[in-house]
Amino acid sequence: MPSPPGPMPSHETLRLAAIGTLAGIFSGLFGVGGGTVIVPLLIFWFGYGERLATGTSLAAIVLIGLLGALAQGGIYGNVHVETGLLLAIPAVLGVVMGTAIQQRIPQRAVSYLFALLLVAIAIELILK
Amino acid sequence: MNEVLAILIAVAGGLAGGLVGVGGGVLFVPALAIFLGLTQVEAESTSLLMIVIVALVGAYRQNGYGNVRIRQALIIGVLSPLGVLIGVAVANNVSERALQLSFAAVALFFAAQLVRRARSAP
Repeated sequence: MPSPPGPMPSHETLRLAAIGTLAGIFSGLFGVGGGTVIVPLLIFWFGYGERLATGTSLAAIVLIGLLGALAQGGIYGNVHVETGLLLAIPAVLGVVMGTAIQQRIPQRAVSYLFALLLVAIAIELILK
Repeated sequence: MNEVLAILIAVAGGLAGGLVGVGGGVLFVPALAIFLGLTQVEAESTSLLMIVIVALVGAYRQNGYGNVRIRQALIIGVLSPLGVLIGVAVANNVSERALQLSFAAVALFFAAQLVRRARSAP
């Protein structure tokens, strides 16, 4: 069937839904965050630049993490709130530095860094 | 000393989040489990709390730089719990080793594609 002209919203929504579902599946299977799946797929399927893909991924992760943390904290009581909040302070410092640095390096460098992260994850999974 | 290492790893996790758009859990979980003595489940759960905070601040900063598509992010985020349910169901029916190796293969494939694409970019 020929594609309708324009931005094809329903097609786009379907692919976004697929990314969300896949991110959740990998998250449920491996405990790795959805970002590992979201960033590459936004780049491959939507042609996002690296900065747009990583920024949008972070926004999606807010929701994904929130739903997960509520389920874990509410149902199982496993979240150490105080420890998490304290350790979040240096982590937030890191993310503010990371986003600032990212704006000043070439986008393809972000792809190379991401590829390195994926290779590290693959090695860890193979050696497990 | 362990606290200092945990703080340094937390900074590195945040840096990774800002640079490549992941939550940083890959580093937060070992920081919490190895250096602060939480059990694996507690570390993973607490890591989620940290990821939310880090992703929130990171997304806010990226939005300031013009790098966030909010509507797209919402669709991805809202649908992921469906995927989690599928993932857990699959995990209970397929050997863990097969899953690990298949995800390793996916990760390597993604890595190769990213490098290939970046090399051919103008």
